Amino acid sequence: MPTTYIKAIHDAMFEEMKRDENVFVLGEDVGILGGAFKATEGFLQEFGPERVIDTPIAESLIVGAAIGAAVLGMRPIAEMQFADFISCAYDQIINMAGTLRYRHGGGAQVPIVIRGPSGAGVHGGLFHSQNPESYFLSVPGLKIVAPATAYDAKGLLKASIRDNDPVLFFEHKYLYRRIQEELPEEDYIVPLGQAALRREGSEMTFITYSAMVHPSLAAAERLEKEDGLSVEVIDLRSLRPLDWDAVFRSVRKTSKVVIIHEDRRTGGIGGEISARLSEECFESLDGPIMRVTSEDTHYAFSPPLEEFILPNVDKIVAKARTLAAY
Amino acid sequence: MENKEDRELYFYLKLTREFEDRVSKLHRQGKILGGVYSGRGQEAIVVGVCYGLRREDFIAPLHRDMGAFLVKGVDPNRLMAQLFGKKTGLSKGKDSFLHAGDLSRGVFGATSMLASTLPVAAGAALKFRMKKESHVAVAFFGEGASSRGDFHEALNFAGIHKLPVLFVCENNFYAYSTPQNMQMAVEDVAIRAEGYGFKGAVCSGNDLHAVMKTAHAAVERAREGEGPTLIECKTYRYHGHSEHDQPFYRPQNELIEWESRDPIQRFEIYLEKKGYNVDQMKADTEREVKAITDEAVRFAEESPWPEGKEAIEDLYANPF
Repeated sequence: MPTTYIKAIHDAMFEEMKRDENVFVLGEDVGILGGAFKATEGFLQEFGPERVIDTPIAESLIVGAAIGAAVLGMRPIAEMQFADFISCAYDQIINMAGTLRYRHGGGAQVPIVIRGPSGAGVHGGLFHSQNPESYFLSVPGLKIVAPATAYDAKGLLKASIRDNDPVLFFEHKYLYRRIQEELPEEDYIVPLGQAALRREGSEMTFITYSAMVHPSLAAAERLEKEDGLSVEVIDLRSLRPLDWDAVFRSVRKTSKVVIIHEDRRTGGIGGEISARLSEECFESLDGPIMRVTSEDTHYAFSPPLEEFILPNVDKIVAKARTLAAY
Repeated sequence: MENKEDRELYFYLKLTREFEDRVSKLHRQGKILGGVYSGRGQEAIVVGVCYGLRREDFIAPLHRDMGAFLVKGVDPNRLMAQLFGKKTGLSKGKDSFLHAGDLSRGVFGATSMLASTLPVAAGAALKFRMKKESHVAVAFFGEGASSRGDFHEALNFAGIHKLPVLFVCENNFYAYSTPQNMQMAVEDVAIRAEGYGFKGAVCSGNDLHAVMKTAHAAVERAREGEGPTLIECKTYRYHGHSEHDQPFYRPQNELIEWESRDPIQRFEIYLEKKGYNVDQMKADTEREVKAITDEAVRFAEESPWPEGKEAIEDLYANPF
């Protein structure tokens, strides 16, 4: 039976809690409700209130308490009910968790996962649609993961839980029930820091991650069919560590690149990738590095507004055609 | 013959003061860079709370709590090297002062975002609860830090779950230059405990026995599963907020008044009342703590600097 993206996240946590008694979950409404998106449905019955902790509305506490338990050997999974709420825990994440190993001279570690249901496209409005990865990208000591498929959601979450560093796991809520696939019966992980080659191509590279992998693939297919353009699609899967080798390899092969992300343009990871490509692959480039991103505005609520803001297949195709003409 | 506890308590009080006074002096000599935050005058709080704690008990000291490190058994040499920014320091030169910890001794390093250790201590206590360990967690903070949301979030959570944690407020009446009446509209931080469903207690932070009595009762209750306590120790810092700070904002007579209630002198009076030869004890202890401090300074001064490239080490478990 196919597994949805949200079920994959549910199963990853469930299996890890079965496997390792040091793993536990805490967050708002994760217990009796089973999570706002049902990521922890049935956990309370299976693992009890000691390991499935309904917290007060207190994101700084959620992350801070996870840190305290983690430095003593636990492996907490902290849920931000919506990724937007992570701002309330910003200090605990960047100053406390991010610096912890460093200022203990390597003598302490923080194996926590902070799950953040992120992303737009579901008419969530300003405070239920954000992609907060860029708020954290410049902070050393953190890892950032953003899966695009159910297989990766499960495998990357398991890898994140077993990882000894703080991991921000930005799952995309648009994908929760819209995508599904058959998953292996047996235990598996997807290692952090390895990009996936989603589609091979020779004339252009799309670099993308999370929900934008899907319109990027659809755009690549349309470009093949309508323009005879061969597009390669790289799914980064984790933003820190980022698989620069895979990115450089593809760009050196195709010479043209479009970076596609749902996060806003200014200060988004596309700018960093573009800069690195200019430094490392300039001689291979046969056109400007292009970006398709959300507009530099807030994630507006009304459907025409949200549609205007978000990237989509048409916008990606148009940008690729402009680049192909170089 | 003095009993062991009296001797040890006196030793830690004197060691803390000697250590901090030396650090202040070294700072004036330009040998220690960066901020130096003396806890002079507040020694009885950390010594009183930490004395008798187990190695596994978790403490999160604040920036003025040198004594907490020492009582918990952190190596004085590494502590001094930490302040010098040397490779042998607890953070290997990554930060100065007390942002480093030593988890092998149950000491957690703070950040400069005061009160942010309170949720962490609650989390440590949560771990003890989950693993059915009878250890306790202790977070130290100032009255100024009690204004932050993290204070509320941590105490609220600890109250709900009756966690084995002590929140120890060192109320020295000034947050940098801001006096208590500009920080809060109430007299005692401790009364806030009631709003979280557990007990608050106020004691003199300059009276070692008062601190010990209050803290040890709270530790016992926490170990028995009876939940958290908010302890407020009224005290006073003799120096400015940092060694750079000339505390002109405080009335002159205030310091003189508090110096007459000095925690170490007060303990010496107690020792006299018990009939000990205090002059002898004082001379012996001073010789002892001076030797430890001299050795720590020598160790720190002779320790190598970290190499520049070590600035990018210790970020991740497996660097990439």
